[in-house]
Amino acid sequence: MDETAGSFRKELSARPEPSSLPVAVRGLTKLYGSVTAVDHITFAIEAGTTVALLGGNGAGKTTTIAMLLGLIMPTAGEIRVFGADMSRNRYDVAQRLNFQSPYVDLPARLTVKQNLTVYAGLYGIANVAERIACVAEHLQIEMLLDRPTGKLSAGQKTRVGLAKALLNAPELLLLDEPTASLDPDTADWIRHKLKDYARSRNATLLLASHNMAEVERLADRVILLQAGRIIEDETPKALIEGYGRKTLEDVFLDVVRGRAKPEDVESEPTRKAS
Amino acid sequence: MTARETTREAMRDIEPVLLPLSGIHASLRRMAALVRRYIYLLRSSGVRLVELIYWPFLQMLTWGFLQKYLAGTQNSYAQAAGVLIGSVLLWDILFRSKIGFSTTFIEEMWSRNLGNLLTSPLRPYELVAALSLWSIIRLSVSMVPVAIAAFFIFGFNLLDLGVALAAFFCVLVLTSWSLGLISVGVILRYGLGAEELAWSLAFLLLPLCCVYYPVSVLPHWLQPVALALPPTHVFEGMRSILLHHTFDATDLWWALALNAIYLAVGYATFSWFLGSARVNGTLLQLGE
Repeated sequence: MDETAGSFRKELSARPEPSSLPVAVRGLTKLYGSVTAVDHITFAIEAGTTVALLGGNGAGKTTTIAMLLGLIMPTAGEIRVFGADMSRNRYDVAQRLNFQSPYVDLPARLTVKQNLTVYAGLYGIANVAERIACVAEHLQIEMLLDRPTGKLSAGQKTRVGLAKALLNAPELLLLDEPTASLDPDTADWIRHKLKDYARSRNATLLLASHNMAEVERLADRVILLQAGRIIEDETPKALIEGYGRKTLEDVFLDVVRGRAKPEDVESEPTRKAS
Repeated sequence: MTARETTREAMRDIEPVLLPLSGIHASLRRMAALVRRYIYLLRSSGVRLVELIYWPFLQMLTWGFLQKYLAGTQNSYAQAAGVLIGSVLLWDILFRSKIGFSTTFIEEMWSRNLGNLLTSPLRPYELVAALSLWSIIRLSVSMVPVAIAAFFIFGFNLLDLGVALAAFFCVLVLTSWSLGLISVGVILRYGLGAEELAWSLAFLLLPLCCVYYPVSVLPHWLQPVALALPPTHVFEGMRSILLHHTFDATDLWWALALNAIYLAVGYATFSWFLGSARVNGTLLQLGE
């Protein structure tokens, strides 16, 4: 892990100034008493890329996203979003990002339109009606606008949550399990919309997911977390090839079950001999 | 291309026009957005609206009839017009305002909306200001009809308290916000398990603030405690006006000064617990 962090530090210095990067995380750590949820992770995300945080339960994906959003305070480390130090200047960039998570809801009693109107106000959107109509049209929720949010199906709620997340056309979109508990068809539709959004606006997406198909389809880069540490940071293709597997799911299973990467196994006798 | 398709095509190009995030206008806009959310919520349920008036109305009826009964006795205190109704109405200002502040916040937790709010550009002090403003609106919806009913049913006119009523109102509402901030802070940190605090904290003041009896009734050692609470000065002042037709404004200035301290302590407590919730990671776990 330290090697990974080290290589990323080098990579960071070779990249543009951190101030221009949507996300630059350095030595991020979160401890809950004696439990380490996130263990000194370092990574940066360039504009227009989609990065997936992949890992099993308790790997630290949600904690990392929550720290990026300011919902959880890191124990150590630094988070910069568009160059702003999130521990001090979060509000300077709050309008440039948004998020969606199945663990957070919109008020159930309010209609979809009312919820979107409230959030348009909070994000400082002037053309509220037009923007809501636009987002609703994109996500095909026009028919739902006057319905109470609590009466919607899981798929509809996800679309509405995404509408809230896209209201301010964020340059950085953080997504925690964006298609959790959705049927394959709806999940595929959501992925298509997210890809379309990222491509059309050169937006940066950081998503936490368990869903390998989702990650393979959406992500330009995968950060594989285990026990709060980054153990891999590659493109999905490079990961699959590196592990000599056919799918990302096979790679994931290798990692969580502690199977070594083929190149590590091959290099083991050499190391011992040396 | 059909007309509908043309409209759809045009809509795709609508970008959000983003207003500046900083400055007083931006703050007011965000507070207004939040108050609008609470108005939507109240409008969505007739039961909630009725409930706002129901409990204070019952309280007023109970104490009003008791007052009427006591008026037939020889006790001069009990005979004084409206002391009990006045007490219950003023107490309800404190209690309802506190409940309005706390439960509106708890509502965000019930609906698991807090994560959305706290990751938006909304600042914590704007959330507090919006809750405070909403507690006054809610209080008006709740108390104005009840005060009018008290006049028609028992002939008690709250406005008879004169200009002092405005001062009483300020002291009570400010105290309710201090209590609300402490309750909300504790709930933020410890979750909905601490919800009971939102309901019970104000009741702690009920015996100490001498709502229905003068401070002199309390044991000597407890009287300084009572006088250190701003609402005590309100209830003493109200009795002084109704029983002796005199009013000492010094007491109210004292109460307002105490309120400034309590509000500062309340906001500091809220901020501390919010920070603690961020450190302990409880903000994501909040919900029903």
